[in-house]
Amino acid sequence: MNVRRYLVIVAIIVFASFGDISLSYGMKRVGAISLARWTELVAAVFNPWVALGIVLLLGFLASYLSALSWSDLTYVLPATSFGYVLLALLSIWLLGEKVNVSRWIGILLVSSGVAIVTRGPAATHRSRAEFASTTGDSQ
Amino acid sequence: MSALRTWSAIAAIVLSSTAGDVLLSRAMRQIGHVGELWRRRGLRAVLRAVVTHPSFLLALFFMATSFFGLLAALSWADVSLVVPATASLTYITNAFGASLFLRERVDRRRWLAALLVGAGVAVLAA
Repeated sequence: MNVRRYLVIVAIIVFASFGDISLSYGMKRVGAISLARWTELVAAVFNPWVALGIVLLLGFLASYLSALSWSDLTYVLPATSFGYVLLALLSIWLLGEKVNVSRWIGILLVSSGVAIVTRGPAATHRSRAEFASTTGDSQ
Repeated sequence: MSALRTWSAIAAIVLSSTAGDVLLSRAMRQIGHVGELWRRRGLRAVLRAVVTHPSFLLALFFMATSFFGLLAALSWADVSLVVPATASLTYITNAFGASLFLRERVDRRRWLAALLVGAGVAVLAA
């Protein structure tokens, strides 16, 4: 993996983390939506925080698509899960949240998974032409 | 009733999110390296290749289903249940999906990573 590819992985992490925070904050302001009034879900996208979340998640989608064009899904997903560790560490350092044992265990588990998967190859599937010719075959 | 509704929503979110990821990965693999395509034929060619790909369009449908499912579930259920449950289970179902439908070699290393990350995310997000 070259530097540019690592930057794409970092972009996925940053866009996804801040997008989720923005969406979550926005939906808390919108309030509970019942199934009977599901049309309110559509109206929720006009909340500024939900809208910002959607813009950030579009940035996530662009970098995610780029990564998927040169690596496996089972590589990209665990590798980008480091965002959870980043969020946990930021909330500890910046927001002064309490560091309990379960949070450290979570950080350790995710970091171990990221370390394991990123030491292996990014792509294991066959070449594009080979893949296209065998897609749908029972193998 | 409330627990059944919440877990039904979680199952629906996990399945539609997995279908979206697998289809996106399939679309991008068939399109090929977007960086090279951009250099050779420009950004418009990349965008056209992506937005007209049938798997991409189907993936969008599943991602939208998952997105609105999550919004709905967050409005009635605890975020401390819905987010860790959907996020961690999706790592496991994606490993199955990638192995079955994308023919990725999900070896012991990848399974271990998916399980560790799934467990870690469940603990962290709770």
